[in-house]
Amino acid sequence: MKACYIHSAVSISAQNTFETDLNLSESNPITSKKANANHPQYKTYIAPGALRRMATGVKMGVTAGKKALEKANITNPDAILTGTGMGCIEDTENFLNALIANDEAYLTPTSFIQSTHNTVGAQIALALQCNAYNNTYVHGALSFESALLDGQLLIKNDDSRSVLVGGIDELGKEFIDYTLLVEDKKHGVQVPFSEGASFFVLSSEKQEKAIQLNDIKTFSNITEQEVPTVLNEFLAENNYKPKDIDAVICGNNGSVYDSYYSKARAIFPITTSQLHYKHLFGEYFTASAMALYLGVYILKNQQIYDTLIIGDNSKNSIKTILLYNQFNGRDHSFILLSL
Amino acid sequence: MGIISAIGNSVCENLEALLASKSGISSLSSLQTHHANSIKVGEVNLTNTQLSDVLNLPKNNAFTRTALLGLHAAKQALLNANITDVNAYKTGFISSTSVGGMDKTEMHIKEYCSNKEAQKYINSHHAGDSTQKMADAIGITGFVTTISTACSSAANAIMLGARLIKAGTLDRVIVGGVDPLSKFTINGFKTLMILSDSNCRPFDANRTGLNLGEAAAYLVLESQEIVDKENKKVLGYLAGYGNANDAFHQTASSQNGEGAYLAMQDALKKGHLVPSDISYINAHGTATANNDITESIAIRRVFGNTVPDFSSTKAFTGHTLAAAGAIEAVYAVLALQENVIFPNLNFKTPIATTHLHPVTTVKRKEIHNVLSNSFGFGGNCSTLIFSK
Repeated sequence: MKACYIHSAVSISAQNTFETDLNLSESNPITSKKANANHPQYKTYIAPGALRRMATGVKMGVTAGKKALEKANITNPDAILTGTGMGCIEDTENFLNALIANDEAYLTPTSFIQSTHNTVGAQIALALQCNAYNNTYVHGALSFESALLDGQLLIKNDDSRSVLVGGIDELGKEFIDYTLLVEDKKHGVQVPFSEGASFFVLSSEKQEKAIQLNDIKTFSNITEQEVPTVLNEFLAENNYKPKDIDAVICGNNGSVYDSYYSKARAIFPITTSQLHYKHLFGEYFTASAMALYLGVYILKNQQIYDTLIIGDNSKNSIKTILLYNQFNGRDHSFILLSL
Repeated sequence: MGIISAIGNSVCENLEALLASKSGISSLSSLQTHHANSIKVGEVNLTNTQLSDVLNLPKNNAFTRTALLGLHAAKQALLNANITDVNAYKTGFISSTSVGGMDKTEMHIKEYCSNKEAQKYINSHHAGDSTQKMADAIGITGFVTTISTACSSAANAIMLGARLIKAGTLDRVIVGGVDPLSKFTINGFKTLMILSDSNCRPFDANRTGLNLGEAAAYLVLESQEIVDKENKKVLGYLAGYGNANDAFHQTASSQNGEGAYLAMQDALKKGHLVPSDISYINAHGTATANNDITESIAIRRVFGNTVPDFSSTKAFTGHTLAAAGAIEAVYAVLALQENVIFPNLNFKTPIATTHLHPVTTVKRKEIHNVLSNSFGFGGNCSTLIFSK
């Protein structure tokens, strides 16, 4: 079984993450209920003809994917894996609304064709002329994690050398308002809903200062009480103890389900830095891909922006990071990274 | 294995219909659409209420038709595999769907603000919802996920399941897929002008397009360790699998069927098999102009002049989209068990350039390895090989 390394990480998000890597010294306040991504100039990455037909998520995904490959010096990966919770919701809304408004008449295929969940993975394959293994995961808050787990499996067991993995979700225009409508005002998600795309190149090749994706484990359902046990087991399976973890990045979003994170955070000593990020990047099904981007950035640059830290203790040297995400008390994921 | 399709609500009923050459394609009755008279479909003969009752779900449940069909098939699969304690081993669940909760979304989207009763379906739109509901209902709490690569989805779910068992991540995994009919997909395929107004004719030179179908099927994959320990009866082995991308066009497949060719080659290679080992190909064979010619070319490229017996079973069930790979995996296993090739209905004239004649009547012969193709939008091509 081979080790799995992360050779590049690229993110388009509500903050400045794309043009010059992470820059939170002037973070964009996200105060409305919906926060759009800070979109780059897509025409640098995508031909104008193709760009016109692409919805937000496809633009974000293709661009972030291409840049991740560029940064890792890969022209043709051995696999392209994507995860998306809501899929191509913009084009889904477009086609459905046209269908309803015109009572099933005068429809054109473009938005239907681009509404399938695998559009980003397909468009990247098409742009690269890449015939390799290609898969798309659509499992709510575990969409990205499922893709990452598949990628890790390809590297560790199936002889792939480089794998492109990404998580993409776009806000859309209509469905998000229904989501907000049924979100409990008091106990539900308190951070804005947002969008983004984060892509990574996984590799079996160990480079200098390589960041290792040690392990990833997901659970459809665990109780709050089970969190410490499950987390301790996960660490033990990787020969780590809580005190070995330098930083923990949790997906706190202000809902009552943050209590799960409190249970997880409690197993770590005071010397472990406690981080959060959704107050800056918002909530979406693949927001956890953003957390992985942050984890990679922190390990690589040995720098943690104050705005990510809960409390005030920050270590000088960060070698091991644990990521924990869940949504509404289900779809839990634990990811372990090390330098 | 468990299955529900236009030709039956159980594995037994599906087998009977296949052996009797009895198609499930009919006029549309379950959905209101202006296209009802100009298309034929493969419908499951149970309403949502009937499915809810059979599944003993509470009256106010928020199950979409996707979740209802899926749970019906998944429960059968567990029963068929004789599983009483689902958590006795490290057990996962991998489903797949292309429409997710669209069947309810398209019905209620414009009344979500005004109709409180309909609001329960807002959070069931995303594609993972049906999987979560199924996993919860059968008590799987660990590894659960959903795949969506259009019409090759379920084949990829089966493939991932096998890889997770091989890697030792799981001991047992329930894999498959589900798609109900929806106005969204009917209209989408209509705009692409690939829906036939009559019963579909896979691989026929005069084919006129596909029939959409709805279905769900799940298979229980288990490690050799469980088989040995519990002395279990093995229905078949997943011997090989291949996944490639055609990288040609979002909806059309390439002239030389590159993706399909690579997927079949990869599956043979992983299964340590040569083309002559294949006894039967259950083709993707949707009966669209594009698929059948490019799949034929790809089959010719892999098998040369000695193409094994092949058929598409789409004329029985309709094209069940994300579920197709699982439906046809069940049929592949049945072919192995019964030593039979299921007929390709409605075929008359071979395609001029490839001259391929599918098997058109039930054919009995010893079957060792069945190759099953599933291809989807986005160039996603997958091949599975099932062996005795």
